[in-house]
Amino acid sequence: MSAGATRVYVPADTSAVALGADRTARRLEALCDERGLAVTVVRTGSRGAFWLEPLLEVERDGQRIGYGPVQPEDLPGLLDAGLLSASEQAPGHLGPVEDLPFFRCQQRLTCARLGVVDPASVDSYREHGGLRALERALEMTPQALVDEVKTSGLRGRGGAAFPAGIKWQTVLDAPAADKTIVCNADEGDSGTYSDRMLMEGDPMALLEGMLIAGLATGARQGYIYLREEYPRARASLERAMTALWAAGCLGSNILGSGQCFDVALRIGAGAYICGEETALLESLEGRRGTVRPKPPVPAIAGLFGQPTLVHNVISLASVPAIISAGGEHYRGYGVERSRGTLPFQLAGNIERAGLVELPFGLTLRELLYEIGGGSRSGRPLRAVQVGGPLGAYLPESQWDTPLDYEAFAAIGAMLGHGGVVAFDDSVDMWEQARFAMAFCAAESCGKCTPCRIGSTRGVEIIDRLAAGADAEGDRHLLEDLCETMRDGSLCALGGMTPAPVLSALRHFPGDFQRPRGRPGQSESRHDTAPGPQIIPSTEAG
Amino acid sequence: MSEKEGDKDMQGLAQLTAPFRTVAGGLLPALHAVQDALGYLPEATTGVLAEQFNLSRAEVHGVMTFYHHFRRSPPGRHRVQLCRAESCQAVGGRALEAHAKRVLDIDYHQTTADGAVSLEPVYCLGNCACSPSVRVGDEVYGMMNVARLDALLAELRGGAEAVP
Ligand SMILES: Cc1cc2nc3c(=O)[nH]c(=O)nc-3n(C[C@H](O)[C@H](O)[C@H](O)COP(=O)(O)O)c2cc1C
Ligand code: SF4
Ligand code: FES
Repeated sequence: MSAGATRVYVPADTSAVALGADRTARRLEALCDERGLAVTVVRTGSRGAFWLEPLLEVERDGQRIGYGPVQPEDLPGLLDAGLLSASEQAPGHLGPVEDLPFFRCQQRLTCARLGVVDPASVDSYREHGGLRALERALEMTPQALVDEVKTSGLRGRGGAAFPAGIKWQTVLDAPAADKTIVCNADEGDSGTYSDRMLMEGDPMALLEGMLIAGLATGARQGYIYLREEYPRARASLERAMTALWAAGCLGSNILGSGQCFDVALRIGAGAYICGEETALLESLEGRRGTVRPKPPVPAIAGLFGQPTLVHNVISLASVPAIISAGGEHYRGYGVERSRGTLPFQLAGNIERAGLVELPFGLTLRELLYEIGGGSRSGRPLRAVQVGGPLGAYLPESQWDTPLDYEAFAAIGAMLGHGGVVAFDDSVDMWEQARFAMAFCAAESCGKCTPCRIGSTRGVEIIDRLAAGADAEGDRHLLEDLCETMRDGSLCALGGMTPAPVLSALRHFPGDFQRPRGRPGQSESRHDTAPGPQIIPSTEAG
Repeated sequence: MSEKEGDKDMQGLAQLTAPFRTVAGGLLPALHAVQDALGYLPEATTGVLAEQFNLSRAEVHGVMTFYHHFRRSPPGRHRVQLCRAESCQAVGGRALEAHAKRVLDIDYHQTTADGAVSLEPVYCLGNCACSPSVRVGDEVYGMMNVARLDALLAELRGGAEAVP
C-alpha cells in the first residue's frame, strides 16, 4: 500500500461477486495501475443492499462515498469523472453510504461491521469495536456472563427461538470436564443468507462470540459446522481463524489470560436435516445425519456425550454486541418477548432484496413495501413465505402481522431465521404446496414414518387433487395426513412441512381447483416446464 | 483394471484418508478429502475407510449415501448445480431448470454426452437476494435467465478449463 493512496472498498461477498464484484475490483486495480493512480482496494463483505452491488465505496475525509452498481465497463468513465476524489459528478454517485435510506431505517447491532471491516484483519476488527467484548469477558465470572445473556433476552436465531440464557446456564451447571460449543452454520433454509454474509463479512464476530460462550460455560473446544454450499464463507473463516490465532486471541492463552479455546471448522455434505441440532451432532461425529430423540438435550449430553452449547451463527455473533454494550442495552430493542434485533433477509421477487437488521415489531407489510420496494417484476405480490421452507405461506390479509415470534406463532407461522421470500401473482400455490411435500420426502432423515412415508403420500395426494376426480375427499385426506405428520414426527421437518402445505391450501384454494394437464405440470407464467418436476428418488436421504 | 493398478489406487486412497483416522468424527472429513482430490468416491473407498475407521463396510456405505454431496461416479468436467428452492422459484427458477435439462438433454444426476457438464439440484446457495442462482464448481452466478444460462453452458461446453 502506498502512502496517500485512496482506499476503495469492494465487497467480496458471494452475491456481490455473483453480480460482478470481482471483475470490477480487478479492472479498477488494472486501470489505476495504467493511469498511475494510487489506490488501495480493500475487499470487504457486503452491507446487504444487493440491488446496488457491485457497490464501490471511496474513502474521503473519514467518510465512505458509495457508487453503484458499478460494472467493469463503467470504470474508465467513473475515473475520468473523478471517482477517486469521491466526485458527485461520477455516475452512480450515492453519497455517504450510511445515509442511504435503506441503511438509515435499520438498527445494526449484530451486523454493524458487515461491509465495513476487512474480514481478514484483526486490526481492522479492533478499529471497529471488535475484541472489546472478549477483553471484558475475560474479567467477568462465567455466571456474570450467563446473566448478561439472560438479561439481553436473546433467543436462538436458528429457528426455534429458545431463550439462549437458559441453555448457557444448563451447560455452565453441567458437571463435566469437557464441554463443547457448536456453531450451527448449516443455514439450510431457503431464502436466508444472513449467516453466510456474516461469516464472509465479519467472521471474527462469530469467533469472538464462540470464545465468550466458551469462557461463560467452561468449554474449551468449539466446532463450526459449515454447509458445503458456502465455499467463500469457508475461506473467510479460515483466514479469520489464522489471523486470530496469530494475534493470540485463539488457542492456549487467550490474550495472555491463561484461558484456552480452540475452534475447528467442519464441512457438511449437502443434507438439509443436518441443520437440526442433533442430526448435526451425529454428522459431526462422523455418522449419517439422523435426528436423536430428546431428552437428553445437547446442553446435557451433546457432542460425544459432552454438554454442548449449540447455537446458530447469528445468535453467537450477537454475543459480542451484548457483552460490550450490556444485556440491558440489547433488550432495549424489540417488543414483548422478542428482544433485540433480527437480521431479516429479503428474497425472491422483491425489488430491493437484501439484509435488513431491525428491532422486532415492524409489520411484514412495511418490510415488503417500505423497505423492500414491492415486487421485482412490477406485478402485484401475492404470497410471502417467512422463515424458510417449513414456514407458512402468508396471503395479503396477514401482512399486517408484527414481526415478532409470538405474533407469528399466533397465526400458525414463524419468523424462523428471518428469511422473507416474496412471490408475485404468477405464483402457482398448488405447485408450492407440492414442492414443500417433495422437499420433505427428499430430505427426511428416515426416522419417523409420518415424515418418511407420509411426505411421499402427500405428493401423491396433491397430484390427485390436481386431477380433480375426488377433490373433496383428497382435501380431507391431505388435512388428515398433515395432522399425522405434525403430531407424529420427531423433529420440525416432518412436523412443520404441513405449515406451507396447509396454508397454501387454505388461503389459495383456487390454485388447487384449476384443471391441469399432467401432475406437476405448471401453469405459472414463469414456468415452461414440459413435464413433472418430481424430485427423483435417488435424491432421498 | 489390473490387480496391480487396483492396489495402487487403494494405497493412494489410504494415503488421502489416513490423516483423519485420529480426528474425532473424522469419517466425513476423510470422505471430503477423497472427493476433493478425485471428484468422486471410487468403489474402493468403502473398504479402505472401513478398515481405517474400524467400521463395517455397511456403515461406511450408509454414511456415503446419506449425503447428497458425495458422488459415486466420476463427474463431468463441470459440476453445475441449479437452485431449486423457493426464492429462486419466485423469479423463474423452475423454467430455468426445465430449460437447462432440455438444452443439455439430461436430467439431474446425469452427465452430458460430451462429458462437459454434470447437472445437480441444490436447495439454496444463500444467493437469494439475486435469484435465480446457479453454481459451477465454487463460483455462484445470480440473476440467471435463459440467455445468461445459455451463455454460461456454452462456455463450459466449449472446452474451457475445468472449474475446480
Ligand atoms: C429440519 C431442521 C433444520 C434446521 N436447520 C437449521 C439451520 O440450518 N441452521 C440453524 O442455525 N438452525 C437450524 N435448525 C434449528 C436447530 O435445530 C437448533 O434449534 C439451533 O441450531 C439452535 O441454535 P439457536 O438457539 O442459536 O437457534 C433446524 C431445525 C430443524 C428441525
Ligand atoms: S420428522 Fe423426518 S427428519 Fe425429523 S426425525 Fe422424523 S424422519 Fe427424521
Ligand atoms: S433459494 Fe435459490 S439461492 Fe436461496
